[in-house]
This record gives sequence, C-alpha cells and structure tokens, in this order.
Amino acid sequence: MLAFILKRLAQSVLVMLVVALISFTMFRYVGDPVASLVSQEASIADQEQLRERLGLNDPIVEQFFRFVGNALQGQFGISYRLQQPVSELILSRLPATIELAFASATIALTLGIILGVFTALKPQSPVSGGVMAFSLVGVSLPTFLIGIALIYIFAVELQWLPSFGRGDVVDLGWWNTGLLSESGLRSIILPAITLSLFQMTLIMRLVRAEMLEVLRADYIKFARARGLTDRAVNFGHALKNTLVPVITITGLQLGSVIAFAIITETVFQWPGVGSLFINSVAVVDVPVMAAYLMFIALVFVVINLIVDILYYLVDPRLRVGGARGGH
Amino acid sequence: MSTPVLSVEGMTVQFPTRRGILTAVDDVSFSIKAGEVLGVVGESGAGKSMTGSAIIGLIEPPGRISSGQVFLHGERIDTLPAEKMRRVRGRKIGMIFQDPLTSLNPLYTVAEQLVETIRTHLPLSAADARKRAIGLLDDVGIPDASRRIDDYPHQFSGGMRQRVVIALALCADPDLVIADEPTTALDVSVQAQIIDVMKKLCAEKGAAIMLITHDMGVIAEIADRVAVMYAGRLAEIGPVRKVISDAAHPYTKGLMGSIPSLLSDAERLTQIPGSMPRLTAIPQGCPFNPRCSYAFDRCYIERPDPLPHDERRVACWLYDKEEALS
Amino acid sequence: MSASAPPGRRPMGLFSRIIDSDIFYSFRTSPVAVVAASIALILILAAVFAPWIAPYNPFDPRTLNLMDGYTAPMETSFAGNYFLLGADHQGRDVFSTILYGSRVSLLVGLSATLFAMTLGVSLGLIAGYRGGFTDAIIMRICDIQLTFPAILIALLIFGVARGLIPPSQQESTALYVLILAIGLSNWAQFARTVRGATMVERQKDYVAAARIMGVHPLFILVRHILPNVTGPVLVIATIGLALAIIEEATLSFLGVGVPPTQPSLGTLIRIGQQFLFSGEWWILFFPALTLVLLALSVNLLGDWLRDALNPRLRK
Repeated sequence: MLAFILKRLAQSVLVMLVVALISFTMFRYVGDPVASLVSQEASIADQEQLRERLGLNDPIVEQFFRFVGNALQGQFGISYRLQQPVSELILSRLPATIELAFASATIALTLGIILGVFTALKPQSPVSGGVMAFSLVGVSLPTFLIGIALIYIFAVELQWLPSFGRGDVVDLGWWNTGLLSESGLRSIILPAITLSLFQMTLIMRLVRAEMLEVLRADYIKFARARGLTDRAVNFGHALKNTLVPVITITGLQLGSVIAFAIITETVFQWPGVGSLFINSVAVVDVPVMAAYLMFIALVFVVINLIVDILYYLVDPRLRVGGARGGH
Repeated sequence: MSTPVLSVEGMTVQFPTRRGILTAVDDVSFSIKAGEVLGVVGESGAGKSMTGSAIIGLIEPPGRISSGQVFLHGERIDTLPAEKMRRVRGRKIGMIFQDPLTSLNPLYTVAEQLVETIRTHLPLSAADARKRAIGLLDDVGIPDASRRIDDYPHQFSGGMRQRVVIALALCADPDLVIADEPTTALDVSVQAQIIDVMKKLCAEKGAAIMLITHDMGVIAEIADRVAVMYAGRLAEIGPVRKVISDAAHPYTKGLMGSIPSLLSDAERLTQIPGSMPRLTAIPQGCPFNPRCSYAFDRCYIERPDPLPHDERRVACWLYDKEEALS
Repeated sequence: MSASAPPGRRPMGLFSRIIDSDIFYSFRTSPVAVVAASIALILILAAVFAPWIAPYNPFDPRTLNLMDGYTAPMETSFAGNYFLLGADHQGRDVFSTILYGSRVSLLVGLSATLFAMTLGVSLGLIAGYRGGFTDAIIMRICDIQLTFPAILIALLIFGVARGLIPPSQQESTALYVLILAIGLSNWAQFARTVRGATMVERQKDYVAAARIMGVHPLFILVRHILPNVTGPVLVIATIGLALAIIEEATLSFLGVGVPPTQPSLGTLIRIGQQFLFSGEWWILFFPALTLVLLALSVNLLGDWLRDALNPRLRK
C-alpha cells in the first residue's frame, strides 16, 4: 500500500514539474517581465538594474529552480493588472470557486449515478427514454447558454433566485463562505446547476453503460439464481461493481469542474478564480495565468491521487495478492 | 410411486425477434425423481441451457415460456409471481453455472457471498450462518475452510472456485440442483473431483440433479437417466445404460459413435454429417431429417413426438408402432 | 447506356452510386439524420450566401440608424425600416447579424477542425508507424491534453499568443489566433484514433511487403494506411466541428474570441445578454437559437455517422 502511494506520489511530482516548466516558460518569455513593472520613462540603465535585481540575467536553470522554489512557497509574483501579489489574489477568490465546484460536483454525482442506475435498470421505461434524449441535448448545449436560460427563467421571469454574485458572505478568518447566509445559499443554486449539467450527463451515460455491462455478467446471473432479492442483486452486487470503473473517469470529470467554472463564473459574475483567470487572459496578465495553470494542475494531480487510492481500496484484486491455494 | 421432484410438461420457450418468433425449446417433457441424476446432452444451441434457465425462471426477456407447465413436488412454479419464484430459487432449486471464474462477485469475500445467500433463505443469525458456511466449504472439500472463507474469489484456483460455487448452490439444501456445464471450463484433472463432490453431496442431502453437458463421458459416469436434445426438442430420453449401449434415435447413435471409447473396437470415430439447423431455419417434419441416413417420406412431413420404446421414449418414426405394422 | 452492360446492372455514375450505397440507405431511413442534415445544410448555405440573403449590411456604418435601435421582431421602426427578427441597440438588423455571425462561427469552426484534423492525423500516423520513443512522446502529450478541458487549453494558447503578438497587429491576427487555439486544443482525439488504426494496419502483410520493396514510408502511409482511417476520422471531425463551434462561441462569449468588428454567434450572445433584464429578448434569443440548432444538428449528424459506419455499436 505504502509503496503504491509513494510510486503515485513520485509520478505526481514529475507531472507538476513539467507543468511548472510550461508555467515558467510562459512567465519568462511571454511579454517582458521588466517592461510591465517599470514605467515607460525608465531609462535603459534602470531597466537593466531591475533585470539584474530580479535575477533575469542568471542562468536559465537557476531561474527555473528559483521559480519552483517560490511556487512551493506560494509566491507567483505580482499581478500586472491589479498590482497585487498573485497568491493573495488567488487565495481570496479560492473559497468562492471551491464552494461552487463542490456544490455542482455533489449534484452531478448524485443525480448522475441515480439517473444512470435508473435508466440501466428500466431501459424500457418512457422516463429512461426522456432522460436519454435530454442527456444528448445536454451534451450539445454550450454551458453559457444553459446558464443564460436558467437566469432568464428563474431570475428574470419567475424572480425566485438571484442572477449574479455570491450573496452575503460570512468571513471565517481563514475562509469566507456563502453557504451560511440565506442569500448566499440562494445565489449558489443556479451557478451550481449550470456547472453540474454537463458532468452530470457524462456521469449518467457512463454509469448506465457500465451498469448494463455488469448486469449481463455471470455473477449477476448466479446471484439471481441463488434467489437473492432484486435489491441485493441490483444495488449490493451490480452497483458496487459498476462504481469501480466509474470512479476513475468521474474523478477526472470532477477535476474539470474547476476548469469549467471559468465559464459559469463569467455568466453569473461569480467572484472566483475562474473569472480572475479570464480577466487576466484578456490583458495577458502572465503571472496570474501561470499561477492558475499550476493551480489547475495541482487540483488534477491531487484528484488523480485520491482516485488511485480509492480504486485501490474498493477493488480487492489490487489490494490482496493472487491465488494462494492449489486445486 | 411418489411425485417426482421436478416435472416438466410440454414446455416451449420462445423469443420474439425482428425476423419472427424463435422457438428455443420446443414441447419438452420430462421428470426427475428424488435423488436421481438426469443428464441432458446435446450440441450447443440445442436448447439445454435454455431449458435449465426456463425451469428456474430466469429467461432474459423478451423470451418467455409460451406454453407448457413446470411442477416442483407437484406444485406448479412457472406461473408463480416473481417474488415467490425468487424464494424458490436457491431455496428449492440450486443452480451451478459453467465458468467458476466469472460466477463469483470479485468484490466480496466468499464468506460475504455465502452468508448473504444463507440468510436470504434461512432464519439464521450472522454467526450461525457463518458456521453453516464454513461447514459447507468443508463439505465441498476446501481445506482450512475456517480461514479461507474470508478470502476473495481471485485468491482461489479455478477448481476451488467451482467448489465455492457448489457450496453457494447448496446453501439452503435445495431439492434439485441444475448444473449447467459445471466442469467444462475446468482442467481435465479437476473435472472428476468436481463431479465426485457434486455426486457425493447430492446423495447425502437427497437432492436430485439435472446435469446439463455436452460431455457424454461425464453423463456415463454420474447420471441415472439421460435426455438427448436436438434443435430445441427431446430426441431420446431413458436410462443411461440403455441409451449409451443401445441408442435408438439416429442422432443419439451418431452422438455415441463420436465418443472415443477404450472398450469399443471401432477403428475410427463416426461423425454425423452436416450441422444442427439454426433456430430460424428448422426444416419441416423431423428437425434431424437433413442429417439422418434412415429418413423416409414421413420424416419430411410430420414431426415425431417422443413415444415409449424399450424402457425409454424416442422421437423417431422408425419406432412408431404403425410404421412397424405396415 | 452501354450495350455491353448486363441488364439491370447499368454502369453507375457517382450520383447513382451514392444513392445506392449502404450509408445513404441508412441515412434515408433515419429521420433524425435527415432532419439534422437539412437544418445544418440550410444554416451553412445561409451563412455562405449571407451577403446576398441579408436584407442589410449590419457592418456598414452608413446604413445604420440609431433610430432603429431596439425595434421588436416583425415590426417597422420609427425610421421606417422593417426587421424580421428585430434590431439590436445600435439599430442593426438581428437577422442580418446572425447571417454574418454564422459565417464567422462556421469559418472558425471549420478551419480549426481542419487544422486539428491535419495535425492530429499526421501525428497519429507518425506515432503509429514509427512507434517507440516518438510514439511515447506524442501519446504522452495526447494524454495530458485529453485530461484537461479543451476550453482551458484554448484559453491558455490564446493568452500566450496575445502576449507574443504586438498590440498593433492583435486585431488583424485575432481570427488566426482563435483558429490556432481551438485547433491545437482538439487534435488529440484524431491522433489517438489514427495511431491505433495505423498500428493495426502496420502489422499486415501488404505493408511489410511494400516496406521490403523499398516503398517510401510516406507513400505507404498515404496510399495504404490513410484510406483505412477515413471512417473514424470523419466521425471525429463531424463531432469535432460541433465542439469547435461551441468552443468558438464560448471564447467569444467570454470576450477573448473574435474581434468586435467581426462578431460571431458567441459575440452576439454576449451583446444580447446585456438586454436580458430590460425585455429586448430577441437580441439574445435568435443568435442563441441559431447556435443551438447548428451545434445540435452537426452533433446529431456525427452521432448518426458513427452508428452508420459501425453497425456493431448499434443496440
């Protein structure tokens, strides 16, 4: 178990180093770090001095390791656009994005699995047909249009829910949350649904396909032949086996929820990391872009690690050694 | 004579498909007495497995028993509601499938699967069910059962897994065990052991066995009676010694001729020309007529039913009394 | 026609051969495919012939009249102009902007898909044919790309390109940058599929024979292996086109796509969103509807094509 985790950890570190290299290349060569820090009138000598002070004349390998060292301490430089440390900017907006991502991941997982299991168990039901047709439309619709449609229905026409922002935010010192106020809870509903829809349809289709596959398996037939109840067969035996392969893909899907949040955050003017990123891309605020890339990569790597460990815990074939006894 | 454990009367299984209705099992009748072993043989696609699935009520929809009746101890079971039929499965009729490698759920220990099945059918506490499970594993010949019971299926060899499958099928002391090719997927060296275990246990517990196989050797070794199926119909059914040593139906003769035997002095194995018709293209009259060297006019027009002949029933016009008289 | 041909089997022209083919049969008998193809075809033709169909040229400032602003659909404005689908805040005819907008959307979508296809197919062929280290490198990049959402990769590429291109040229190069960004974020699917097919094909005897005879690898790839992957590539390209159109619309909606002087459907939706609360629904609704119809019909066509070329997959 420990060796397995250590191996995965080593792979994760390698991936992060590659991403760091891309980030560093962007940081160092896209735009001129000096030009964006000094005023237009600064003399060549002043610029050269700053260049020296920032270590931009050092060997490139040394610069890269300094970049990685700083990154490890959470230092990504100063945002060109907002003239604030990037780490502060990201940290102040992180809670909004993480709360949104968690809310929509919960919706996507719960509904995705329930609907997937239902459509697999009752393929002939008209409800299943409706759900499948809906899922095809769901995959083809751009996320931002779904968001706009939801705003139009629930905020403009029905006026049930707010159309933008995060509502009242409670500051807990190390974290600010919108989940403790009524307006905050109401505000998160529409963005969370918007963000969850795409992942939900994917998870649903995946669960359905896997479940149909498992239901045809010999051990399910044997379980029925032993007179186990439908409940025990469908949920005890079939569902558990369905979830083993589903874990991997679902895990990665949840990682992309954070990336997809860019669009949802823009539609709903949600003050998260995604909208910070999109504003930075528009004006080529490289330090923020580089830091965001590292952040997303970290999210993916961590989720991958968790998925691997979960997989390991769920499937005894990985956990426990092979055949011991003879015939 | 007491009521048989299982009695099947005129059972027909049909599948509606786009190209019309397929008849997988056609008007099959037989019975099995307590403690008896009935072998069911035939080529793949002859309807053997489908007959087993139909008896236990597990035909995949849209397939269904379109006519006929199935009785267990004289009580009709093919019309039971789903929930009542579920209680019959595992409790009164146990089933063993072909492939032990895929018959067990890989994510649960053997103990979990045994205890779950036992407690589904018998009012036992978890601890008592576990004791019973260990006892069952002992019975099927798994050494060190009390320790191995907590292992996962993948930790057992193929033969050992089939023993676990047998234990699972016998969990609640069923009166009938349907074994669908129980040894086909196993090494030859293990096959005999598994057959021994099955035979011994069923004899001890007084359970009847319906043994579905294409292996005449297995039948000769363990069965009391044998039913030969061809294209969804019974060709011949009777005592093993009769059918093997003195086959009546031309198809059975061919089948026996294709078994290598140390005792027989035949120079070479005979084989049956042609192959079994597909279910979509069963010929008129006797389904065996295209391959039968004895076929005459009537075989191409009328379909023969299994009729009594020399201690058995044979579906062949050769043995019809009217034909004999004429 | 020709007298030597046996009766009933006349030599067929390209057209009748298409009519006779299995694919066309499966097309005719699938109502979804016919409807989807018709909608896609109408939208594409309308976009191609926009300058001739559009009642107004919405980008000619001389024809614009602010008095026309906010005219509702099927109404005549104060200035006496009639607008089928209404006019936006600047008095531009929504119908005309949609026609020109679809043109930009389709242009970017098609170019990006073609670019992704060329790049992906080439890299897939090379990876599958060369194998070893080259294969490992290309496939590793594929894996990483496929892990991240395409939109994120496109945004990063877009941002980097912005940083590298001097501001004075940004407007004129914006469209190319967009095509590059979307294309680069979608090649991995092609590469992976083509690589798999190439590896299978490479094992076959006729390829080995061609190699022994000293046929140039490029010729083997193009002449023998490429025809074997056209089916799957076509399917990926069709679904990829729908994805590229959505991706372009999303980027433009986020304000980092096409320049404002050449609005695409995404840009129109971005503009229309501002009027969601004030009741001028048509400025948003019609471009959105067009985008949905376009993406959905192309997607359905791709789905159908996949089933038609792969009968085994059908349930």
